Parts: sequence; structure tokens; C-alpha cells
Amino acid sequence: MSLVIEKKGKDKQMNHNADRMNDTNKENNKVVFHTQDLNLWYNSTQALKSINLPIYEKKVTAIIGPSGCGKSTYLKTLNRMVELVQGVKTSGTITYRYKNILDRSFKVEELRTNVGMVFQKPNPFPKSIYENIAYGPKIHGIKNKKILDQIVEKSLRGAYIWDEVKDRLKENAYGLSGGQQQRLCIARCLAIEPDVILMDEPTSALDPKSTLKVEELIQELKKDYSIVIVTHNMQQAARISDYTAFLLNGELVEFSDTNTLFSTPKDKRTEDYITGRFG
Amino acid sequence: MKANNHVNTESTVQVRKLLEKNKNSKNLLAIGEKFIPKFLLLIALVSVLTTIGIVVTLVTETFEFFQRVSVAEFFTGTILKPLSQNPEFGILPLINGTIISSIIAMLVAGPIGIMTAVYLSEYATDRVRRILKPMLELLAGIPTIVYGFFAFTFVTPLLREIIPGLEATNILSPGIVMGIMIIPMIASLSEDAMSSVPNAMREGALALGATKLEVTFRVIIPAALSGIISSFVLGISRAIGETMIVTIASGSSKNFTFDITQSMQTMTAYIVEVSGGDAPAGSTIYYSLYAVAMTLFVFTLIMNIIARYISKRFKEEY
Amino acid sequence: MKYIDAEKVKNKMGTRLILNNILKSVFLLATLFGLIVLAVLIIRVLTEGISYIDLNFLTGKLSTNPDRAGIMGAILGTLWLMAVVVPVTMFLGIGTAIYNELYASKGRFQQIIQTNIANLAGVPSIVYGILGMTIFVRALDFGNIVLAGGLTMSLLILPIVIVSSQEAIRAVPQHFSEASYGLGATKWQTVKNIILPAALPGILTGTILALSRAIGETAPLVVLGIPALLLPFPGGIFDKFTVLPMQIYYWTIDSSLVDEYAYLASATIIVLLVMLFLLNSVAIIIRNKFQQRY
Repeated sequence: MSLVIEKKGKDKQMNHNADRMNDTNKENNKVVFHTQDLNLWYNSTQALKSINLPIYEKKVTAIIGPSGCGKSTYLKTLNRMVELVQGVKTSGTITYRYKNILDRSFKVEELRTNVGMVFQKPNPFPKSIYENIAYGPKIHGIKNKKILDQIVEKSLRGAYIWDEVKDRLKENAYGLSGGQQQRLCIARCLAIEPDVILMDEPTSALDPKSTLKVEELIQELKKDYSIVIVTHNMQQAARISDYTAFLLNGELVEFSDTNTLFSTPKDKRTEDYITGRFG
Repeated sequence: MKANNHVNTESTVQVRKLLEKNKNSKNLLAIGEKFIPKFLLLIALVSVLTTIGIVVTLVTETFEFFQRVSVAEFFTGTILKPLSQNPEFGILPLINGTIISSIIAMLVAGPIGIMTAVYLSEYATDRVRRILKPMLELLAGIPTIVYGFFAFTFVTPLLREIIPGLEATNILSPGIVMGIMIIPMIASLSEDAMSSVPNAMREGALALGATKLEVTFRVIIPAALSGIISSFVLGISRAIGETMIVTIASGSSKNFTFDITQSMQTMTAYIVEVSGGDAPAGSTIYYSLYAVAMTLFVFTLIMNIIARYISKRFKEEY
Repeated sequence: MKYIDAEKVKNKMGTRLILNNILKSVFLLATLFGLIVLAVLIIRVLTEGISYIDLNFLTGKLSTNPDRAGIMGAILGTLWLMAVVVPVTMFLGIGTAIYNELYASKGRFQQIIQTNIANLAGVPSIVYGILGMTIFVRALDFGNIVLAGGLTMSLLILPIVIVSSQEAIRAVPQHFSEASYGLGATKWQTVKNIILPAALPGILTGTILALSRAIGETAPLVVLGIPALLLPFPGGIFDKFTVLPMQIYYWTIDSSLVDEYAYLASATIIVLLVMLFLLNSVAIIIRNKFQQRY
């Protein structure tokens, strides 16, 4: 894995661009992630092309676009999970709380402790419900049983699943339904109190009822967390997000607050996509 | 849903703060992270060392042997008399015994193995296959020493009833038993090859009105041929390296003969005889052990490489 | 005009179907042949040996007198041998599998290691015996003690353990490790806490099957010079020893001198097969019990 960092000189111009974007939103939201001129290659195929995008604190940002547009890749770049694929190269910068996370010296483990992730398919560990939640705190050195108990309860409550599982904490997580598993995964993510939560099509494997529950949960979570959600489902993006970014073929076509994007898209391609002309 | 969700703020743990506090111990973890791959590499190198150990041991001692016995005499000599006053070290009787016992074994294991594979892959119902396969695995799990006992105390006496001239120790009986031992291996590898022929090919032929038999011989076996051949080669390699069955049931006669009713010695049986006889270290007979083992090693290595080459090179693309 | 004469096809169909059915029976018979031999073997061993199995036989010392001979020493020897083989192969086998599957970068070097393991798996067991005799018994001067035999056997079954462990590790779904990395876990934390526990049933099954190979293996030990008649029981890994297969070997070749030795060999085979059967049952239980639901 190699990270190609572009020259520092470019940074100023990029900041300027981002500021301009801020202005268009006319809100004084704090920015958690600043993506500036991000390019990403899988070996020789370019998957992301000079992306510039801010992620705001305690808001839900939805990333939409047709399959293969690079939305998942972008999401996974935010916690550098994209590096698990061999032959990934990047250029540009992504600053998280003013630090460039694409910098070689940035510790990925630290980043991922602050930036949690929920995956497309519910992926609890093949362990008990309790152990699933306690795993994160444990690997970060919290061993006190009492504290762990508290964290487990708090996280499960936070993900609105406590009442469903409180009597079966010692049971294998795979005894839960798909929707419960996904909320368990969200609870697992909450256990280390991240700053940002990345969600990669978190409801695509769930039935409508479970989807609704997860969506309600996301609404609750944004009080405390900044959320970036990749979704295939435009209605979902419209329902739950504050900001929406539309990606097409690795390019950011349009980014604005969700209402504007869905009511008066500026770009013809955005309009075509949200009206269902392709994708 | 929400009513139950009020988190008691007083009991709330500040996970963030705890995590910050634990950050320092992370440095220790980081050192471990760096050290572990190197440690695992060392472990992984043990298997490489094993190979090096085998090759170096065999080559150096074989070299020592060839200081005493010429290469030509060793590989062309038909007389093997290691214990005589004027010892002779021709390996041909051993190679002869090895090849003959392997041929007998393959004559048994080849046809039966492939027929078993055809039955399991093309004819048997799922239920029958689920019963038969584990039983064949059982056959494969029987230790070779038990097969040796079986050859010596059961198959040989039985064969002597049928073939009057058969000696008490002979190459025929262990050859047959070795074949039985190899059946599961050939059956299971060939069956894998046949099962991986896509169903579409089967259905295509069946839809034209072919019988299962015709499908098997005209479609399945040709398509799975590389897998079948490589299973044969592996079977031969197994037969060449097999030790206890031939040691027990074929005796230690070092005659250079093609008469399968007689006792013959294989390379493996020679190694057992010599090493069991407490050959004094440094004697020519002691070094002959390594020269024979080297030959055996090269034989099986070549077979294994051929088997891998065939199954890789001619892998059918479906 | 017609190229196909329907009448002819119809006439031929009968013989084709008969041939198909005949050969189907032939194939079935071939399949049963192996199983019949297995049955004959087991019945033969049972009828010959079962009457010799009693407490005295199981707990007694070896003796040249068939009526007094016992195999306690060989049973203990086999157990002590396992006491060396189990930790050594698990440590080396799992370590190598983790390295090959999770740490080695996919390059030339990794390919060399993999090819090497495949080649080692095909080396005849007797060659391992020669390696063990040269290195452990003579060069390191252990003599023919349990440790030397155990290390030799470990090297012999190492390729099997490595290959099955690698398969077990490969079968652990990628999304488990992703979830772990996503929580900020390091690679080793993920390997230790997530991947290994999930792969463990598979690893254990493979290891146990490899162990049963080591328990039944005779040739390398003959080369190591394990004695035929050993009276004292081994009490540790530095003692001289004999094992069940060796006992079977000596009683079999001497059965032409003393007829009863064949029965003793049969009785020992029963004990050996029961041991193997129990081990394999454990492997199957582990496989079924821990079959993951993911």
C-alpha cells in the first residue's frame, strides 16, 4: 500500500474551494472531514476523480449514485479500510479534525477508533451478543468487567436493541434476526464512542420493517454523531439525510443540502438520476 | 421504544477518556505488531528448513557413498549383496522390485479406483454417496502396518491356495494390498475431477438421448482426464514410497527377477532392513542407505511434480 | 431424405440401455470391493485378536511368552509420542498457516513456501525417518527416545496440518476481519481475537486427522531404530519407547516363528484401530458442533 501525497502547495487552493462550498450552504456547520482533490486508483483503474467534499458535524450526509460510481470506495477511504484491497493508490488530502489522514504517519487504528463503520451485510462476530459489543473497548485496553457491563448496556440502549436482547446477552449473535444483527453492529460501533459513523448501505440486506427501525435509529444518532451513509435508495437519502452528494463514474457531480439537491438539482445528470432515468 | 432509552448520565462511563488513557499502552502493542510477522516468518521457515535438511542429508551422504561405489556400478548393477565378503551395490534389483510392486498396485487401484469414482460421481444418489464416501475414507485411514499384517497373514495364504508356486513372501500379495490401500485416493481425487465437470455438459449429452454410460465415457472422463491422470500419478508415487506392506509381505530377497510369485525387495524395504540391522555408521552399507533413499526421493519428487504439472497445465476451463 | 434412420436408433437403444445397466452394476461392485476388503480385514482381526484382549494384555509388560505379553508400554509410548507431536505440530502448523494466509505478501517467496509444502507432503514417510535418524538420533545425539521420534513425526505431518489450517483460515469470511479493523483493531488483535477463534474448529479437525496419521505410522520409527522388545515403561519424553504400530510390526514378522504372535498382532491392531476411531470421532464431533451459522 502506498499513499501518494501531493505537494503541499496545492492545499491553499483546495481550502479555498472548500470554503466556497461552505458558503453555498450558508450555514455555520463545523466540518469533520475535508476531502480535497482526492484521486484513487485500484492498480491502474481510477475509481475516484478529484473529489472535493466536506462532511459536517452531527449531520447525516448521504452519498448516492449508481453501482460502481465509487461511493463505497469513497466511504472506505474515510477510515482507510480501502487499503485492505491490494494495489490501492491515492492522491490529494482528506483532513479529519485538521489532520491529513492519508498521511503515511497517520495511525489507521487511531482513525478507526474515531471513525466507526457499519457494513452492508450485518457482520456480527461469531461470539455472544455481549462479546460483540465488548470487543471494541477490550482491544483498546478496557478490561474492567463493571465498566464493560456499563458500556455494553449503554451501547445496546443507544442502538435501541437493549430491550430485545437484555435477557440473552450470552447467546450467539447469529441467533438474532437480520435487522437485529445490524442494530447490534451499530451498537458495537457505538461502544467505543466514535466521532463519525460510516454506514455502507446499512439497510440493503434488511426487510422494510427493519429498514425503518435502522432509519429511525440514524435520526436519533445524529444528535451525538456525524454520520456518512452510502445508499442505493434515493428515497432513503431524501428521508434521512441533511446533505447529499451525488457521485457518477468516480466524480462528484453535485453536493448540497438534501432538499435542494432533490428539489432543484443544478446538474442535468443529477436530475436524470433522481428522476430515475438511469442507474 | 424511546421511553426505555434514557441513559442514566451519572452511571455513564466516559469511554473516550478511558481510551485516551489507554493510548500509552498502545506503543507496546505497536512493537508487538512489528515483531509478530517476523516471528511467524521464522516458524514458516521450518518447513523450508525441513526440505533443506532432507536434501542436504541425502546429498552429502550419497556423495560419500559414491566415493566408495561408482555411480555406474550403483545404477547399472543387477546384483545387490551388501553383506557379502565382496559386497556389490547394484540398485537395479530394488528399482525392479519397486516398479513391479507399483505396477501390480496400480493394476488393482487404477481400474477399481476409477470405476468407484464413476459410480460415486455419475450413478450414485446423494444418499448412497453420503454413506459410501465416509466408508472409503475409513479405508484410507487404516494404518499401512495393518495392511501389511493383512497381506502377510491373510492375502498371501489365500493366494497360495490359488497359485501353488507362490512363495511365503512374494511381491504379488503386497502389490495387491497396496493397490487396495490406494483405491480411496484415486477414487476421491478422480471423483473430485468428475464432479467438477459442469452439469450443463452432462445435460447437453443426456438431452441428445445418450445413456449415462455414454455420457461418462464420451463427455465426463475426457473432460476430467487431467484430474484422473494426476490422481494416477499420485497413486504411483504413493506406491513407490510405501514401506511397511512390502517390508512385511515381500521379504528381503535381492534377486533381480520378473517373477511376481517370488520375494523381491523394494527401495523402501531395503532402507528398513539396513537401518533396522544397526549398520555401523561410516560403513559402505550405511551410506548405501542414503543413496537408495536419494533415489527414492527423486522418484517420488518427479512423480509429484508431474502430477501437479498435469493438473495445473491441463486444467479444463469451463 | 433422412439422415437418421429412426428404426435403427430404436433397435440399438435396447442394447445401449442394457450395457448401461450392466456397467452400472460393475461400477457398484468396484465401489463395494474396497468396502468388502475393509469388512474382511476387520472381521479377521476381530476374530483372531479379541480373545487376547484382557486387562493383563492392556496393562502388562511385553514378553516373549504370548500368554503373558502386554502392550501397556506401547500404549504409553504412543501417548508420550503424541505429547511431543501435538504441541510441536500445532505451534509450527498454525504459525506457518497464519503467516502464509495472512501475513506473507503474495509474491515469489510465498509461492516458494507453498510449493515447498506441497512437495513435502509427497515425500515418503521413510525419508523423514532417515532425516530424523541423521539429525535427531545421531547428529543431536538424542538417541532413540520419545523426543526424537516425536520431532520426526511432527515434521512428517506438518504439511498436512499447515494445509488444513490454511484452508480453515481461508474459510473465515472477510467481513469478520473488516468489522474488527473498523473498530480500530490492529492486525494481530484481529488475527488473535477474530480469525483464529473462527478458524479453530477447522484447524483442530485437520490436526486430529493428521495425528491419526502419526499414530499409525511405522516406517520412520523403524529407521530411527525403535527397539523390538522393550521392558521398562516410558515415563517421559527423554525415555526410550516403543509404540503400537512397532509392536504390530514385530509380532507380524515373527508370526512365522510363533503362531500366537499373529493373534497378539491382531489384538494390538484392535487397540490401535479403536484409538484411531475415537480420535476420528472427536474430529467429527468438533466439526459438527462448531459448524458456524454465518
